[in-house]
Amino acid sequence: MKWIAAVLFAAVLVLLPSFAGDFYINLASQILIAAIFALSLNLLVGFGGMTSLGHASFLGVAAYISALLTSRYGFAHGPAAIVSIAGTTAMAAVFGVIALRASGLGFLMITLALSQVLWGLAYRMSNVTNGDNGIAGLTRPMPFGASLDSAASFYWFALAVASVAFLMMTTFVSSSFGSSLKGVRDQPRRMAALGFNPWMIRWITFIYAGFWGGVSGLLYVYYNKYIHPSSLSTTSSAEALLGVIAGGSGTLSGPIVGATLVLLLKNYASAYVERWNMLLGVVFLFIVLVMPTGIVPGLSKLQSRGRRSQ
Amino acid sequence: MQFWIIQGLNSLSLGGLLFLLSSGFSLIFGLMRLANLTHGAFFMLGTYFGATAMRAYGGLSIWAVALGAGVAVAAIGGLFERLVLTRLKTNPLGQVLVTLGMSFIISDACLVLWGGDSIPVPTPQSLRSPTRFFGFVFPTYRLVLVGCAIAAAISLYLLLERTRLGAMIRAGVDDGQMARAVGIPVSNLFTIVFCLGAGIAGAGGVLGGPILSAYPGLDGDMLPLALIVVILGGIGSLLGAFIGSFIVGFIYTFGTALFPELAYIILFLPMILVLAFRPQGLLGHLGA
Amino acid sequence: MTPSESTFALEISHLKKSFGGLVVTHDVSLAIRPGERRLIIGPNGAGKTTLFNQITGDLRPSSGEVRLFGADITQLAPYQRAHLGLSRTYQIIALFDHDTLEHNITLGLLGLRPSRWQMWRPLSHYSDLSTEARRILDAVGLLHLANQPVSDIAYGEKRRVELAMALAQKPRVLLLDEPLAGLSNAERATVKRLIAAIPRETAIVMIEHDMDTALDLAETVTLLDYGRVIVDGERDSVVADQRTREVYLGV
Repeated sequence: MKWIAAVLFAAVLVLLPSFAGDFYINLASQILIAAIFALSLNLLVGFGGMTSLGHASFLGVAAYISALLTSRYGFAHGPAAIVSIAGTTAMAAVFGVIALRASGLGFLMITLALSQVLWGLAYRMSNVTNGDNGIAGLTRPMPFGASLDSAASFYWFALAVASVAFLMMTTFVSSSFGSSLKGVRDQPRRMAALGFNPWMIRWITFIYAGFWGGVSGLLYVYYNKYIHPSSLSTTSSAEALLGVIAGGSGTLSGPIVGATLVLLLKNYASAYVERWNMLLGVVFLFIVLVMPTGIVPGLSKLQSRGRRSQ
Repeated sequence: MQFWIIQGLNSLSLGGLLFLLSSGFSLIFGLMRLANLTHGAFFMLGTYFGATAMRAYGGLSIWAVALGAGVAVAAIGGLFERLVLTRLKTNPLGQVLVTLGMSFIISDACLVLWGGDSIPVPTPQSLRSPTRFFGFVFPTYRLVLVGCAIAAAISLYLLLERTRLGAMIRAGVDDGQMARAVGIPVSNLFTIVFCLGAGIAGAGGVLGGPILSAYPGLDGDMLPLALIVVILGGIGSLLGAFIGSFIVGFIYTFGTALFPELAYIILFLPMILVLAFRPQGLLGHLGA
Repeated sequence: MTPSESTFALEISHLKKSFGGLVVTHDVSLAIRPGERRLIIGPNGAGKTTLFNQITGDLRPSSGEVRLFGADITQLAPYQRAHLGLSRTYQIIALFDHDTLEHNITLGLLGLRPSRWQMWRPLSHYSDLSTEARRILDAVGLLHLANQPVSDIAYGEKRRVELAMALAQKPRVLLLDEPLAGLSNAERATVKRLIAAIPRETAIVMIEHDMDTALDLAETVTLLDYGRVIVDGERDSVVADQRTREVYLGV
């Protein structure tokens, strides 16, 4: 039964452009980008037990590197992408060393501080980053000569990347390394006594999360053809964190649901409700109070309760 | 020379403001182990209240407005604490998240109520004439702010050290479990401290109005500074918050004046270093 | 008469630990031979668990040395000591509550294997881990609960899982921190049987604060009080020693 549903779902995803208008295709692309970003954050938060308020820095740095290299230094997209991801991953390695000197709230604050530093740089070094104006007029890459300018073509590109991302992150979580990560989250001292190196496990996860955060950043800048310091801001990281936790940080689908919720609220509720941030705040208050483990586990709990009462 | 003196005074007044902002944050963090991410919004709310009151009724005493705003913000904080935070005692991450959500709510509410433009706050009439000192001219209001911070620090010190309430708070900061065990009503204490912290922030917001103006995003600008102060100065240490506020005031003022592009690095680097190498801060202590 | 240093399984030399002004471990020295069964006893607060924590590396001693089969491990992190053959159980049970018993034991097996770094294959791919984990659970009589989450089983069964997890590492030195605490008489008998059946390749150092419960499992006994070794030697002579009575009965 589950297989049929999965195949149907995949078919809908692939065939979306054939029955939906550009507006919805673009929305779907944005959801895919947000999903990769949220999944990468959840490697840290849900599976690693490391709550970070600075994850947007990976998205932003990758986006800025690509934007600067292509628009200002004449790089082609391929090499720019490689440098961008390599740079972001290296940055994740360095940040990880610093942030992992603390845990819990200290870790949260270091990630916050590091991302604030980057935001400040992006905002103030205007001769490099164009400051508050952002960098506009960017182009999308042309993989194998194909143009990604139409909504449908970009969507399929994003879908391909997201599928790989989802597959790899899912495998990561269920692998032996993933199990050790979850073990370190739950009982770090016990894991050390069993021969696992908690610091190394956390650090590698941090780097891996940064890598995929960077990938989502590339897709983000390709989609928008524009980058602005606000993408690096704490608000951006906070939205991602709230999305992950609201959706359900202990699960694989939860962050996707949560990220979608935030995206929809951000872009489309604002058409009906003037102040979507307030709505977001209220929604999250509600979820933390009523469904603290998140929407996905909360719904499945309701479902099993409903079954039991039948 | 003038530059250094002016910047020095600006540092002091910013430091004073920061103390009003972060003393509450430090108390809340110390007693409730809660990083109250709504704190910047409480401050901003006070600034907006102050802006409205001072512009509408020019003759009002800024002290009265500060008191009123402080009470109002304290009430809002208290409601939030009672209705939301108490339900999340077993979920510290959730607590941080709802304070984040609450900050979104308050900041958007301010946008709705006051619009997107920056609202300058007039300096109170009585404090407008500059003070002359050794041939230098100082804006009086900034000097007054430093005085406010000192007064607040002394009041808080007296509260914490000389009253029964203060003793209970200190006990709760040192060892929450033990405090409960000896019968201290820690839950009520939480509400009182949260109200107190929010109230001081709100009052501080009013007092900061003439210098900062009320604008959307003020909360996001102030909150990281409060965080830095508390991390540097140490959690739960009033003296640490006091010293930290002025250190940060100096770093921020001179940093922005001398190296505007690197201001954020200069500001956050000490915080990162402290978190990484001396997590209890310069003066704090990691309580039970 | 004493064996040369390099043949001791675990050797502690002049271990001192103080927290600020409070000295919790005063110049403790112990030597444990391979395969030995040592019992460490002492009243509450004697510093027994603190001693264990210094052996495992969870605490850094203020001074002194810890050697495992001759190698100086004093500066090594806990996980490194596990790879040298050290393993332990905890006084307060530290299991993975939301995971199945089989998964718990699997983690115990995985910790020492290179495959723990594998990121591309699901854990279930390693069927030999599953087989071995189930064999271990069977050896402690818990195979029937293999697919249950730890949170659902009884306290006595959890103690057996703790033991099984430590034994999964095939340690050369096993530290048991009050393995019989809180168990009913029947459960206690089961666990004692399991401990008695541990092969001689493993030296066992056991903490118990109630002297009688674990005495028959011990060959040698060390009595600690206020962080000092009071008596140390063959079981019967320690039991008969006047100082033992003094410590326990306050005489």
